[in-house]
Amino acid sequence: MTPMSTPSAQTKLTKKDFKSDQDVRWCPGCGDYAILNAVQTAMAKLGKSKDDLVFVSGIGCSSRFPYYMDTYGFHTIHGRAPAIASGVKIANPDLDVWIITGDGDAMSIGGNHFIHVLRRRVNVKVLMFNNRIYGLTKGQYSPTSPLGKVTKSSPMGSLDTPFNPISLAIAAKASFVARSVDVMVPHLVEMIEAAAAHEGSAFIEIFQNCHIFNDGAWEDRVGREVRDDRLVDLRPGKKLIFGKNKDKAIDFDCLSPKVVSLNDVDENSLPAWDVEANPAISFTMASMPEDEFPTPIGIFREVRRGSFESGVHHQIDVAKEKFGEGDLHQLLYSGDLWEVKG
Amino acid sequence: MSNASDSQGGESRVEVLDQAVIRFAGDSGDGMQITGNQFTTTSAILGNDLATFPDFPAEIRAPAGTVPGVSGFQVRISSFDIHTPGDRPDVLVAMNPAALKVNIKDLKPGGIVIINTDSFTRGELAKAKYESNPLEDSSLDGYRVVQVKLTTLTRETLKDSGLDNKTILRCKNFFALGIVYWLYHRPLETTIRWLEKEFGEKKKRPEIAAANVACLKGGYNYADITGIFQTTYEVPKAKLPPGTYRNIQGNAALSLGLVAASKLSGLQLFLGSYPITPASDILHQLSAYKNFGVITFQAEDEIAAICAAIGASYTGCLGLTTTSGPGIALKSEAMNLAVIVELPLVIVDVQRGGPSTGLPTKTEQSDLLQVLYGRNGDSPVPVLAASTPSNCFDCAVEAARVAVKYMTPVVLLSDGYLANGAEPWRLPKIEDLPEIPVRKATADDAEWFEPYLRDQETLARPWAVPGTPGLHHRVGGLEKADVTGDVSYDPDNHEHMTWLRHNKVERIAKDIAPLEVHGDENAKLLVLGWGSTEGAITGAVNRAQKKGLSVARAQLRWINPFPANLSDILDRHEIVLIPEMNTGQLSLIIQGKFVKKVESLTKIKGQPFTTTEILERIEALLG
Repeated sequence: MTPMSTPSAQTKLTKKDFKSDQDVRWCPGCGDYAILNAVQTAMAKLGKSKDDLVFVSGIGCSSRFPYYMDTYGFHTIHGRAPAIASGVKIANPDLDVWIITGDGDAMSIGGNHFIHVLRRRVNVKVLMFNNRIYGLTKGQYSPTSPLGKVTKSSPMGSLDTPFNPISLAIAAKASFVARSVDVMVPHLVEMIEAAAAHEGSAFIEIFQNCHIFNDGAWEDRVGREVRDDRLVDLRPGKKLIFGKNKDKAIDFDCLSPKVVSLNDVDENSLPAWDVEANPAISFTMASMPEDEFPTPIGIFREVRRGSFESGVHHQIDVAKEKFGEGDLHQLLYSGDLWEVKG
Repeated sequence: MSNASDSQGGESRVEVLDQAVIRFAGDSGDGMQITGNQFTTTSAILGNDLATFPDFPAEIRAPAGTVPGVSGFQVRISSFDIHTPGDRPDVLVAMNPAALKVNIKDLKPGGIVIINTDSFTRGELAKAKYESNPLEDSSLDGYRVVQVKLTTLTRETLKDSGLDNKTILRCKNFFALGIVYWLYHRPLETTIRWLEKEFGEKKKRPEIAAANVACLKGGYNYADITGIFQTTYEVPKAKLPPGTYRNIQGNAALSLGLVAASKLSGLQLFLGSYPITPASDILHQLSAYKNFGVITFQAEDEIAAICAAIGASYTGCLGLTTTSGPGIALKSEAMNLAVIVELPLVIVDVQRGGPSTGLPTKTEQSDLLQVLYGRNGDSPVPVLAASTPSNCFDCAVEAARVAVKYMTPVVLLSDGYLANGAEPWRLPKIEDLPEIPVRKATADDAEWFEPYLRDQETLARPWAVPGTPGLHHRVGGLEKADVTGDVSYDPDNHEHMTWLRHNKVERIAKDIAPLEVHGDENAKLLVLGWGSTEGAITGAVNRAQKKGLSVARAQLRWINPFPANLSDILDRHEIVLIPEMNTGQLSLIIQGKFVKKVESLTKIKGQPFTTTEILERIEALLG
């Protein structure tokens, strides 16, 4: 690998350039393949450089991801990717830092780091693959498994109330919150591009299928036949219209959402989706009962809050300006000194 | 009070001593730590050698007046080279009955106890669980009791100050300090300057500064005028090696050492930390050094703190995390990540009493086995231990040097006694500090670069930081194939890599100072110590040698790896005595590694060894 053979920064890389030489070892049919493809596509579209990209992951099937990207990559320990990625980004804000995690990694063992990286607004992008199951440990219920889910560790059904990752992220004051689907690659690429453009911590929940331990995890809403009626795509400034015939929409009665038919309601009277509005609206949208409402995907929330690390480096600049560049001799030889003569 | 020579001066007799031990004790709200620190700083500037031992409760304010709420500060000043804060005080200042109750048993027979009699009310005596008033029964016979109405006198001094009663009462520690300054012929200027700066300039409360100055002077004049002491004492300056000195506590020295390491290596220092007693002061201090480019990150927990430091090391910073024993327990998985990805990292463990939450503000050396062996898998981590407050500086620089050179996490052990204890520090010349060379892989290395291709001398892998053109690669916690760093489940590779990691740490033995034996290198008995026991061991061995006993001492700085000459040294002594503040952890390792029977002296009271305790054991073994 010589600098000659490495594409120069000026050459725009293709999706293929982001594939590493490692064999991808996810199960055949795993949703992760589609996500890998979407990320590589997005990185090429965004004109990213391999040298500045760092993919940091935790533990789990999804977290093998960095091995398959021909960039800098760090496969860390269970749940801790947000903490390690924070160190990377704060230490060198010029790097482009992406966190790859799963529902067990981020919502369970790493729950604390997850909420703190979001509220702290470190400029990292969190892609959480949610398949509602522990895959790498062979099929136990996860913090996003529905109540009553029968798994190896819950033969009579799970008694755990699941997390809604979007609600959790909004409550943690994330400044960018979105959702997409493994098999909807163009949509996923768009969400990744939007997250990349956001300054601050960005979170994307990606519905992902586990072919082996939880096949059809999201099929009831993302299946090709049903998705138009069962999903609604949230886009800033756009009306919340859905349905195969684009004939339904979500309207709000104060903070209460309701599904309306465009046959009954004038489209112009519907609210446009506001990603900067009161977070309660985003939260309400994320928590709509599944049996009455379509499941929202797209961008739930995007607000400008700046980034943590820019503040860190600003304070260093201010201190240097105020006190001058630190001098070791001055530092040691300060306070109450006394001389002992020979 | 040995080596005293008398001289006559003024109305009271002046005695010249070569050392004195003073303990200030009061309720934790009485300002005893400030009082002790002021006496220390004044004595340091006067040129005494000194050692301090602050001892305070874990509770910020335990119920006032109770025994658990007692806070103490012991300082020993001397005209000669000393190593410990002294076994027993010559003078005890007791601000209330509880302070008297806790501390009187330590006072030397015939010692002076200065008592605030205003606080010896029935209520206060009951809080301290005194059944009878010690001022009235005979329990203080055998001491020189100096009764002072401290509260009344403070109130009297400040009656025209316009301050409220509560604020006035908070000044009484300075009245007491004034009395002790007079007793030991200390000048008031250093403390007056400090009060004016601290309260006048920093806190913008010049009236508080003035009130405390008035009390300090009031106490000094009160002692002078009333003649409460028949004798006063001078402790002339010590003959210390020439140089510039400052008084330093262990945590402060450690912080300075880390900044020095950052400067010497040219690496930005990144601290990931979570507040924990007794390590938090390092976080506080480093957060003030932003003009040195120091980044401090107060993480959401201990795990995130070390993980962020690992992330920073990965990008080419000098990664650092600081904690105490419970924090190490939480960090152990991440420490192992640093072991397998072979990134430099300094992990500071300021030990405290355990297990569990244990004794947060008390000292202990019981994390040794934890930092050496408390992780899954074969997980070699270099470990070194600081031995005195100022030695924390040298050890911090050394820890960083080894971490960077060998691409490894390094544990630096300190403890509560070193962290808060103080001693005069002869400041090093900047040009005498060791170099910390750093070699990061660059784009020019792309032709040969492999993430786990090792330096043949150190076995270190290259430090290839993200952002370097052409060196993108993946690292992680799964076992690495030698050279390529690819994920490998190959059995032979795993065994090979396990030994490589082990051998890399072993090689550090060639790069550290050999163990130095103080005293006869063929002495019958060797006292082998590690960490903060050095002061007490030195004092005990010096006394034993004066008695003609065949004893030498050596203090280990490195515990993993051991210095290369340790085995030979152990062989030369018939008896090896290992004092440590745990149940015998170093003894276990020495006996296991060198098949040498050792004598273990243990103390697990949250208090450092006294020289007497070690001396008695030496005498028993050689008797």
